Amino acid sequence: MDVTSLYNAEFMDHVAHPDYKYQMENPTCTHEGVNPSCGDELKFSVRLADDGTIDEAAFTGRGCAISQASADIMSDLMVGRTPEEAIHLCDLFERMVRGEVTDEAELEPLEDAEMLKDISHMPARVKCAELAWRTLKEMLEARAAADKDEKGA
Amino acid sequence: MLTQDELSTIEQNPYRGDYPLLSANPDLAFLDSAATAQRPAVVLDAQRHFYETMNANPLRGLYRLSVEATEAIAQTRDKIAAFLGAVDEAGKPCGSQVVFTRNASESLNLVARTLGRSVLKPGDDVVISIMEHHSNLIPWQQICRETGANLVYLRMDENYRITPEEVAAKVGPRAKIVSVTQVSNVLGVENDIPMIARRAHEMGAYMVVDGAQSVPHVRVNVRELGCDLLAFSAHKMGGPMGIGVLWGKPEVLDAMPPFLTGGEMIDSVTETDAVWAPVPQKFEAGTQDAAGAYAFGACLDYLDEKGFGALEVRERLLARYLTDSLAALPYVDVIGPAEGERHVGSVAFNVRGIHPHDVASILDMNNVCIRAGHHCAQPLLAYLGVENGATCRASIAFYNDKSDIDALVDGLAKVWEVFHGRD
Ligand SMILES: Cc1ncc(COP(=O)(O)O)c(C=O)c1O
Repeated sequence: MDVTSLYNAEFMDHVAHPDYKYQMENPTCTHEGVNPSCGDELKFSVRLADDGTIDEAAFTGRGCAISQASADIMSDLMVGRTPEEAIHLCDLFERMVRGEVTDEAELEPLEDAEMLKDISHMPARVKCAELAWRTLKEMLEARAAADKDEKGA
Repeated sequence: MLTQDELSTIEQNPYRGDYPLLSANPDLAFLDSAATAQRPAVVLDAQRHFYETMNANPLRGLYRLSVEATEAIAQTRDKIAAFLGAVDEAGKPCGSQVVFTRNASESLNLVARTLGRSVLKPGDDVVISIMEHHSNLIPWQQICRETGANLVYLRMDENYRITPEEVAAKVGPRAKIVSVTQVSNVLGVENDIPMIARRAHEMGAYMVVDGAQSVPHVRVNVRELGCDLLAFSAHKMGGPMGIGVLWGKPEVLDAMPPFLTGGEMIDSVTETDAVWAPVPQKFEAGTQDAAGAYAFGACLDYLDEKGFGALEVRERLLARYLTDSLAALPYVDVIGPAEGERHVGSVAFNVRGIHPHDVASILDMNNVCIRAGHHCAQPLLAYLGVENGATCRASIAFYNDKSDIDALVDGLAKVWEVFHGRD
């Protein structure tokens, strides 16, 4: 595999100048994700608008370029999505980096995140790429479950 | 710096052709032998030869094939004993001091669970070092928890040395077992085992040595080391995966209770009791990997034929060239001694500001294999305080040559370029 198929200028721009890496003020919810074997740590925050869509997404943390770039790319993709859409995209991303979905048309909703497709040829790095997506999904699912409990009560 | 003669020695490579995987991948720079070595064709051939010509369950059958299989294992035991300098006054190898396991980890677990469980009492000390591989750390953590013994760490000074003062301070009258790695799998430094063993014995403690990274690269003589038990893996020296060794002094092995129980490890069994077979069978329950043991014998023959002394000298040169080459890169920090002479096999390093996993991935795309991560030594990396708790590690074996290390250096320049552009 050629270096530039993954570590290209666009990818490196997300590493060097992440637009979404900052501490958010008054987030609706925050969730932490770690990859103990890599030392990757990520804290992901979102603010939800009144209609329930993601109004703002941001992260802090440290780790390898893949985990950091992936978090930045994901944040960009998530703004304006409903939690259900977001969870669906997280699932699709997971299936892409595991090599389970390769069809371009099917991957289209991932937009720029498609640039991480080649991770599927780097099994050791799948966890790095997934960290942000897994963290977001866990957060949104936990929130949905809590909402349901509240309504049920 | 290497002399012109030394450089020309490592430019040549009379060994690479003996290794099918390396021959099939001429552009591959394999610098991860500390994780597992490549295997020469003679080892692979031996494995096949065993199954084709002498396959039978060793120790069980009374027919000729089974006897041959049993013989093959016994001969390998002798080769290993000879390799480790475990010979009697007449110079005859003491094969009965060699116990086969699956790997160094199993050997160390065996020691912790048998020796540890039988000698440790609440308040006793088990002394290990801060540079242990998890395989010589977790078994002791567990057994200390179980027995109420304390786990005490030898720490190194700023020169990456475990000093006699540190050993005197930590190995005291409460010490019952001292278990230390001879060579660190991260830093590549060699510890002064004879010094530590002397202190351990003065205090009446057993001395266990993790030889996983030393036996493949330096001539280990168990008598000179002065240890009671030594653990290592065949796969890190060109033997098959799945064969490990525990060497022990006969009186120590005799006193240790068995580890796994079942077939092959008994003399006699009644409905209520069993009498253990003598060492080494006492520790070898069930069918052993006889083909693997036989192939490991072929590996030792290969090392003998090439001349272990010459291989050791060559590896020293490669380690010096590797250390010097890394230290010369302005964006690379060597983690460990700056002197190449002090590295046995391994050199740990980081590329400034770049996560080791990214370094390893980009090197991989340039056909260079190194290891990146915590190297199963998390307490060491925490103690060193390295960023991300991870480093890169390049490690050599005698079948490497100068071009492998030059490929690493070129690859690291590419890594830097990917992150910082060409300037
Ligand atoms: C110092 C040290 N001890 C123990 C081990 C464990 O060896 P194995 O995985 O063969 O059991 C290793 C392997 O990485 C090692 O480097």
